Amino acid sequence: MVKILNEKTVEDKRLIPIAEKVANGQRLSFEDGLTLFETTDLISLGKIADYANRRKNGNLVYFTVNRHVNLTNVCVGSCKFCAFRKREGEAGAYELTVEEVAEKVRGVKAHEVHVVSGLHPKWGLKEILEFIKTIKREAPQAKVQALTAEEIDYLCRKEALSVEEVLRELVEAGLDALPGGGAEIFKEELREQLCPEKLSAERYLEIHKTAHKFGIRSNASILYGHVESYADRVDHLIRLREAQDETGGFQAFISFAYQPKNTELGGNYTTGFDDLKTIAAARLLLDNFPHVRTFWITLGEKLAQVSLHFGADDLDGTVVEESITRSAGAVGSSFMPKERLIKLIKEAGRTPVERDTLYNPIRVYY
Amino acid sequence: MELKIRDPKLEPIAEKVINGERLSFEDGLTLFETTDIHTLGYLANLVAERKNGKFAYFNVNLHVTPTNVCVGTCKFCAFRKKKGEEGAYELTIDEILEKIEKYREKNPGLTEVHVVGGLHPDWSYSYYVEIVRRIKESFPEIHVKAYTAEEISYIAKKGNKTVEETLIDLIEAGLGSIPGGGGEIFAERVRKKICPDKISAQEYLSVHKTAHRLGLKSNATMLFGHVESYADRVDHLVRLREAQDETGGFQTFIPLAFHPKNTEIPNANYTTGFDELKTIAVSRLMLDNFPHLKAYWIMLGEKMAQVALQFGADDIDGTVVEEDITKAAGAKAGQYLSKNRLVKLIREAGKVPVERDTLYNVIEVYSGGER
Repeated sequence: MVKILNEKTVEDKRLIPIAEKVANGQRLSFEDGLTLFETTDLISLGKIADYANRRKNGNLVYFTVNRHVNLTNVCVGSCKFCAFRKREGEAGAYELTVEEVAEKVRGVKAHEVHVVSGLHPKWGLKEILEFIKTIKREAPQAKVQALTAEEIDYLCRKEALSVEEVLRELVEAGLDALPGGGAEIFKEELREQLCPEKLSAERYLEIHKTAHKFGIRSNASILYGHVESYADRVDHLIRLREAQDETGGFQAFISFAYQPKNTELGGNYTTGFDDLKTIAAARLLLDNFPHVRTFWITLGEKLAQVSLHFGADDLDGTVVEESITRSAGAVGSSFMPKERLIKLIKEAGRTPVERDTLYNPIRVYY
Repeated sequence: MELKIRDPKLEPIAEKVINGERLSFEDGLTLFETTDIHTLGYLANLVAERKNGKFAYFNVNLHVTPTNVCVGTCKFCAFRKKKGEEGAYELTIDEILEKIEKYREKNPGLTEVHVVGGLHPDWSYSYYVEIVRRIKESFPEIHVKAYTAEEISYIAKKGNKTVEETLIDLIEAGLGSIPGGGGEIFAERVRKKICPDKISAQEYLSVHKTAHRLGLKSNATMLFGHVESYADRVDHLVRLREAQDETGGFQTFIPLAFHPKNTEIPNANYTTGFDELKTIAVSRLMLDNFPHLKAYWIMLGEKMAQVALQFGADDIDGTVVEEDITKAAGAKAGQYLSKNRLVKLIREAGKVPVERDTLYNVIEVYSGGER
């Protein structure tokens, strides 16, 4: 049997049986998950998560050349952790026109266009389809990853259509995959407090599972570092694991560190320790997710690089023009040149793989 | 010994560390070249805890930068202005005192004023001494840590005095210790490239050793991430280790990450998280005779500084207000961390927060913890 930890030197002995389970390919329990979050033995945790990651992804670390398009910040939602939302007509509110979107993506070399936006009171399926078609037309080489479960749900309600019906039209227009946003934290009591009008955890999972059955891959996420407990995080991860057991359609898990600026909720930034622990715990609990992504926009480039040894195997993308986390005070800039991503991955001792949205390799940088 | 080690090259080094043996130049290089940061972190943390237990230190301090006017030419500096240039400033002594007073009102636990500034062409020997004297007179209970080796050498030349005479005058005026700035990279070839007019490595070490012989404690630094090689870093650390063997007067080593903005270093970039953690860990392992190692959050950012507490650092510096030197070169961290935030960061990292004064006397141990 592989020994991940040296039992004599490991500081937090509670990690030893967990490391054994991981080495044997056994599933971790809810209690194990709690221990992962509670430990301060960061190095041992990192070793276990790194082992689990390498077993899945070897030495490869993925990234993509992508572009974010946030179509509008006008949103009827009321999530208290959001600093991006504006009401229609409010100062700072914007909505892109089809022509503006076309201009933004025309000729871009990106392999992914990531489209996430507010719930615009005047936009329905027709408008969204037009945007997707336009993006597909102007950037045919790019995969279109668009609309969180929340946005899909909004379209279903607006048009009185089923998830299948909405997805069918979107796919026809050019949608390739769903992003993971909108999960926040599944725990009902907290959802009631943080985002009472948002779709429920059940509905979030139902939409993703429906997409998977439809042949559409998606990602999943968590928003952590606000009012939730470690137990809430573990609960969230386990619900995702169960959904993935059913369909297998999730590709990557992404942990979003809560950014407190300009939000109703306020509070503090997450710490480096918490960020790394969350990535490591996610890698270990989500044994059926192929990829764990580190989002440098919220973590910062430095910690994102370090997280490649704490369970993450994907550095996200070059990301142009991300506005949502930036309005809440994310300090990373909103563009990272491809060369820098490659350097960061190589310096961490890993092999960079440029991928598309569906993890098809485009180029390996040996 | 059976450590689970991913990089087998680290095995003999791990053995030495565990047995408390000194590491060689080649060991230092191997440590910088590995990508096995778990083993590196484990070993560095082992050494840090042997020296400092679970303690991680911070202090309540204030940086005062009397002027940015500087006759120097260091190419990595974005702070320097020529006299009369737009943006140049010089504080009067009264203004300095006022700054300290204001900060102390908000932070009554203030124990240290850190004074580092440009090499002003018009300021005299006695003016530099006067700054220290007036601060100490006005705030006798506050420790004055002032002037890098570069400034001390400059002040001495201005007064046609030896470094020793200068230090004696400064001590008489109230100087409590000297900061570590100006170490940069010792290797002559690199120094010629990045700061040709600066004092040599020998002079830097000589100022510090002289200070130690006069009873002063000091810190040491290394500016990394510009044009130097790993070998240059190891060389730097080994020279510091030798100096410390002679005098034992260094308290803390502070690796400073180079910040590229507005500097004259061509094609320069920010350091990476990996490089920073490695440098901290390797420094902890090589400098076996330094009691402390600081992860300076202003340069590393709060998140990386916290993580560094598991990679060999036992100090995250202080609350710090108005640090302008790194900021001018594009540091993104804020300018102030509250004491509560520092305590939280340290606790979360599994360490015991200890508020210290400049000389590492314990002011308060924040034992017990709540989440």
